[in-house]
Amino acid sequence: MKVIIGLIVLWPLVGFLFNGLGRNIWSKKTIAYKATGYVLASFILSIIAFLNVQAQGAITVHYFDFINTDTLKIPFDFKVDALSSLFLLVITGVGTLIHLYSTAYMKDEEAPHYARYFAYLNLFIFSMLLLVLGDNYVIMFIGWEGVGLCSYLLIGYWFTNATYNYAAKKAFVMNRIGDLGFLLAIFWLIAKLGSVSYGHVLTAESLAKLSTTDITAITLFLFIGAMGKSAQIPLYTWLPDAMAGPTPVSALIHAATMVTAGIYMITRSNILFSASEFTQHVVAIVGISTALLAATIAIKQNDIKKVLAYSTVSQLGYMFLGLGVGAYSGAVFHVITHAFFKALLFLGAGSVIHAMHHEQDIRKMGGLKSKLPITHITFLIGCIAIAGVPPFSGFFSKDEILAAAFAKSPIYWALGVVGAAMTAFYMFRLYATTFLGKFRGTDEQAHHLHESPFAMTLPLILLALASAIAGAIGIPALMGGHHWLSHQLTPIVGETKEVALSHSIEWALMGASVSIAVIALFIAVNRYKRQADGEPNTALGKFLYNKWYVDELYNNAIVQPLNKFAGFLKETIEKNIIDGAVNGTGKIVQYSARKIRLIQNGQVGYYILFIVLGIILLFLFWFNDITINRFFNNLIK
Amino acid sequence: MPIQYYIFFCLTLFSIGVIGVLTRRNAIIVFMCIELMLNAVNLLLVAFSKMHNGAALQIAPGSTAGIDAQIFVFFIMVVAAAEVSVGLAIIVMMFRNTHSVDINFLNRLKN
Repeated sequence: MKVIIGLIVLWPLVGFLFNGLGRNIWSKKTIAYKATGYVLASFILSIIAFLNVQAQGAITVHYFDFINTDTLKIPFDFKVDALSSLFLLVITGVGTLIHLYSTAYMKDEEAPHYARYFAYLNLFIFSMLLLVLGDNYVIMFIGWEGVGLCSYLLIGYWFTNATYNYAAKKAFVMNRIGDLGFLLAIFWLIAKLGSVSYGHVLTAESLAKLSTTDITAITLFLFIGAMGKSAQIPLYTWLPDAMAGPTPVSALIHAATMVTAGIYMITRSNILFSASEFTQHVVAIVGISTALLAATIAIKQNDIKKVLAYSTVSQLGYMFLGLGVGAYSGAVFHVITHAFFKALLFLGAGSVIHAMHHEQDIRKMGGLKSKLPITHITFLIGCIAIAGVPPFSGFFSKDEILAAAFAKSPIYWALGVVGAAMTAFYMFRLYATTFLGKFRGTDEQAHHLHESPFAMTLPLILLALASAIAGAIGIPALMGGHHWLSHQLTPIVGETKEVALSHSIEWALMGASVSIAVIALFIAVNRYKRQADGEPNTALGKFLYNKWYVDELYNNAIVQPLNKFAGFLKETIEKNIIDGAVNGTGKIVQYSARKIRLIQNGQVGYYILFIVLGIILLFLFWFNDITINRFFNNLIK
Repeated sequence: MPIQYYIFFCLTLFSIGVIGVLTRRNAIIVFMCIELMLNAVNLLLVAFSKMHNGAALQIAPGSTAGIDAQIFVFFIMVVAAAEVSVGLAIIVMMFRNTHSVDINFLNRLKN
């Protein structure tokens, strides 16, 4: 088992090295086969590991000591339990499909760049696997940084475009802010407990050693880390900009896997989070605010990927709401279903963009239904799933979170339902504008419209299937299911607190949220099936179209002052003071050398004079006042 | 005679020597001033020697403590005599070459 688990992680690394080092050697076909093959190998091994966990329970395997000092031991251990094995399946499964999709999507790239793309993608899978498999926070942090790096590299994949580079930098810097929080949490844990292993930290004994302040601070710092990686207020603005990367990258990294790292981390640390009432409230409030904010913005966006990006931010907000109200298994459930339907939606969008020759503005699309039949039907399934219409997967996971939210506070539930209605609205606005009505693009585009190749439609079909049926892993007891997923996760998140709601209330909640979502859905379809949004003309429309002016706010409140400060340092402090000191030293030496040089004039008399003066000075310094006084007193006596 | 007198006298002689070396340009006078300084020091050495020996004689009659300085002075005078002959020879050669004993002419040596 040790070897198998090691290989799960190593195969993508091998792929990375293979493609990264041989990018000028291999043909595109070899690159594509190898890259996809290595991830597929990981997926197969992940299934074996998953089945093993089902049969024998969680295991921890030890490889070597990563850090071994007198006071701090950090082993390089992997932990495969229900939680990490589920994430393994999602990462490698969705990862394989997206690799497959990429082989066709990126086929216009030249071989070295094609290899670079797949090398990054493999490195990403490697880092992500490290993140979920690590048995302590330090290993998790290595993966955490690795996925951040790969995200940066892939957003800036088309590095000749300055805007894309800017987006990549933005993502990296915002992630770093969060990472700092995570790092501080790790330091705090080491300082208080002297260990970062889950087996040691996440136990009742360790919890007893920590004061309330410690727990609150650690969890808040961890949450700051999660905010950065999982795009929550106030660190969410990088994710919509990250759409500069190739679309499969958006699907894999910025929808299905990396952005859920924060949820994984909090679920893993659920013992700590449950112990701090305050942090839980913070998490829930940040989650629901993000969900609503991003949903409102998504309503007015016209870039197909931007809508999906804000939708991702919004859905992540739901997951954090779930974490905040203690529905850990619900959040993980939503991570899994979201990974399927959001990857599907992104890949569908990629297929549309591919067909439209890199046109992303939905106002110039429309009527694609007949031209792209497979993309259309799979995209529709994705939309229904995310809108939360039963029996598609999104319904079950979202409903579980909402029910838990209601149990905590009906306000959370009400806000959540408003968000769900907006979700249904903007997703079907997107769907109707893109696929229904008449084609609004150029004749040339209309002429070239084509369904994507099989390598792209196959992942769409498989993901559509998964989006449709993935809800089956968490059918609530209410509907006669036994909620397989929450039973799976019980050893990690503890016994799910029985939602203290009677069945009738639960049915009512479910009915309310579903009917509101369906109403929003039909309004959107009716409104947008014939024409697209024009320019925003109302004040609210402009406000939402411009994303609440948050980017501008950050720019004016943080970026510009920082730039000014840096400019001040550069222009004033550096040029005048630091350079001045350095150049001044040189000038003084030169000037004084020019002057003092004249003393050496070749006149022997001067030399002797200076010798005499020197001796006199020597005497004055050598014999202090008292000695000299005594000397003269003696002479006089 | 108290030792102070010797010291003041030697100090005066030495200072005259120094000032002479610094101010005069005639090589022979400069040379004489150097000798003056040398002999001021010699005189002081002899004076201290005598003082030291006098103090020792009061404790132990027949003591030779400090006498060696006087012998030392003789050696210095011998060496000085040799040095004078060399110095004067240089000055003579200088005069032969330049028809002057101005010390600033020695600058020409540097080229």
